[in-house]
Amino acid sequence: MKINLFIPCFVDQLFPSVGISVVRIFEKLGHTVDFKEAIFCCGQPLFNGGYWEETRGIATRVLETLAGSDPVVVPSGSCAAMVKNFYPELFRKTPQAEAAVQLSERVFEFSSFLVDQLGITDLGSRFPAKVTFHDGCHGLRELHVKLQPRQLLERVKDLTLVEMEDQTSCCGFGGTFAVKFPMISTAMGETKSASALETGAEYLVSNDSSCLMHLQGLLSRQNQKLKTIHLAEVLASS
Amino acid sequence: MLSSLAAKFKNSSTKFTADLGHRAKIRTALKSYEKARNGTQSQYQDWQAARTAASTIKWEAINHLDAYLTEFVEKLTARGTKVFWASNGQEARDYVVALAKEKGARSIIKSKSMTSEEIHLNEALRQAGYEVVESDLGEYIVQLREEAPYHLVFPAMHLTRHEISDLFQEKLHTPPTDSPEELTMIARRALRMKYLEADIGISGANFGIAETGMISITENEGNARLTTALPKVHVALMGIEKVIPKLADLALFLPMLATAGTGQQITCYNSLIGGPRQPDETDGPEEFHLILLDNQRTQLLADAEQRDALHCIRCGACLNVCPIYRNVGGHTYATTYQGPIGSVITPHLRGLMDWKHLSYASSLCGACTETCPVKIDLHHHLLHNRRNAVAQQPDPAERFAFRAFAFLTRFPGLLNRLARLSRHFMPLTNAARSFLPPPVKGWVASRDLPPIAAKSFRDYWRTR
Repeated sequence: MKINLFIPCFVDQLFPSVGISVVRIFEKLGHTVDFKEAIFCCGQPLFNGGYWEETRGIATRVLETLAGSDPVVVPSGSCAAMVKNFYPELFRKTPQAEAAVQLSERVFEFSSFLVDQLGITDLGSRFPAKVTFHDGCHGLRELHVKLQPRQLLERVKDLTLVEMEDQTSCCGFGGTFAVKFPMISTAMGETKSASALETGAEYLVSNDSSCLMHLQGLLSRQNQKLKTIHLAEVLASS
Repeated sequence: MLSSLAAKFKNSSTKFTADLGHRAKIRTALKSYEKARNGTQSQYQDWQAARTAASTIKWEAINHLDAYLTEFVEKLTARGTKVFWASNGQEARDYVVALAKEKGARSIIKSKSMTSEEIHLNEALRQAGYEVVESDLGEYIVQLREEAPYHLVFPAMHLTRHEISDLFQEKLHTPPTDSPEELTMIARRALRMKYLEADIGISGANFGIAETGMISITENEGNARLTTALPKVHVALMGIEKVIPKLADLALFLPMLATAGTGQQITCYNSLIGGPRQPDETDGPEEFHLILLDNQRTQLLADAEQRDALHCIRCGACLNVCPIYRNVGGHTYATTYQGPIGSVITPHLRGLMDWKHLSYASSLCGACTETCPVKIDLHHHLLHNRRNAVAQQPDPAERFAFRAFAFLTRFPGLLNRLARLSRHFMPLTNAARSFLPPPVKGWVASRDLPPIAAKSFRDYWRTR
């Protein structure tokens, strides 16, 4: 099938290998992948800031560009949640209300798409390492993504998954929260990294690069050897 | 521009997040709560179904509040209760002070009531010359320390037994001890006489039962029972949103409040009070006054989007799971209601512009919404408060920045080129850390910046 890839702005500019991994995975499965260059951002930072009017400007462009019937896959829980859950609210009682709902029905977070929509858990991947998994809050609580990443990781050859304590605790990124309340964001990240480090894992995996960006920033500053990596990158390994 | 309350919040956050000892203490306390709660919650056949049932009952109550309040008051009044409708805190305070004067009261004893904290009742009584003693152990402790309660349910959660022992040594001249049992007995002895001496007992109410015209009080120590039974006059203070339709509803709410509040199946004492001593009863207060408090609750009721915040049963669960609360502590909020529920309702109770910062001090993780026994859409209401704050008075600099960003997103190719160019400045940012503008500065104070990729995804896409 034809799959529309929604690549979040930070994945595009900071972590392109995540997007590249997703492309490779879908093409290996025999699907055609499309990427709409016209879209840069889902608008979440403005939405979370309370600037809903301005967000509609960005989001309208997303609605128009992604019009159609192909599924839209997003390798980020937070951006997927923005389009899937919040666009309908954002556009309620506007002319784009129906388009927002229609798009929402076709939007999926990456791991959820693989497992729930394609029914696939085994991608023939190999990643020989001990890893631990962080559940990004939007994916977890907005989209109910919890089992799917684990089902996928379970099938990766030579990979050992060790669950950390407080695996569902927020990492502290929270978008602009990370720079508006940096001391709280850091404290939360410290708690999360400590839980991850305690597992003795070599890699900290998540389905959201925004969380990983924040945690990696802390880990690097502390000269920790623990490396962060996105789920898609693990699954694309062989 | 930060309001001074917002600035204070940030300063307090900076102080408390840097205090690793404090963080560890709160973490330990909340971990043991989590363990107790998970154990009790797993004993429910279907906790999610219980939440749905509880929120449905609350929805019914809140959406027909006028009818249920009327029924409630009629039944109470029929038994001789004096009901007073207080539009705001001032009216409620004035009523209690006038009553104390009328009764020639010298000593007043209180059981725990966050509503009384909300209207600063103790302060008003003290200023009018009345001695007010808190009988709940945690409240008694923070009263001795002259500080606000740290948590809705656990007022002295931030104190170790050693700190409490030191406090009792200083204020009550008792020998030091680190036994919780001995500390409790010290407080018990100090308070015993106070119950007997008190002319007026002031309590809160966890629920108001419309069907039978009674207030329901949930507690673990028995101090509310003594407070409401021994003095000749009992005054209860209750927010209007506490009314629930039927007595049978307590069969759901009492266990859920206990489970979510402390991890207990049910608290040690649960009392129903429907009026003063009746002709055929042998004891009880001669007078029972119930003050029904509005204080902006009807404003929140009028907000169809956020009305469910009135479902709150003040269990404190949202505080317990909130990662912000865990790290900044209860006093940082600097207002009666802390944590997620406090962040949602305080703008409605005390003004949006002054209190919007609480709604921004959240990563929107949603743990609060997930845990709330009455299914208040807490974290989404934080978003709604943010939207309302911007609609009322946006920050010009922030709005400009967001509008500029929104405009630039129409030109992804341009943004892409700018990002590639900025890579050359990356090494400089590490060296020039202290000169960076606030958003970036906030990041690099504790975190390394993510590297901007040499080739972006869209570069890859174009060239593949």
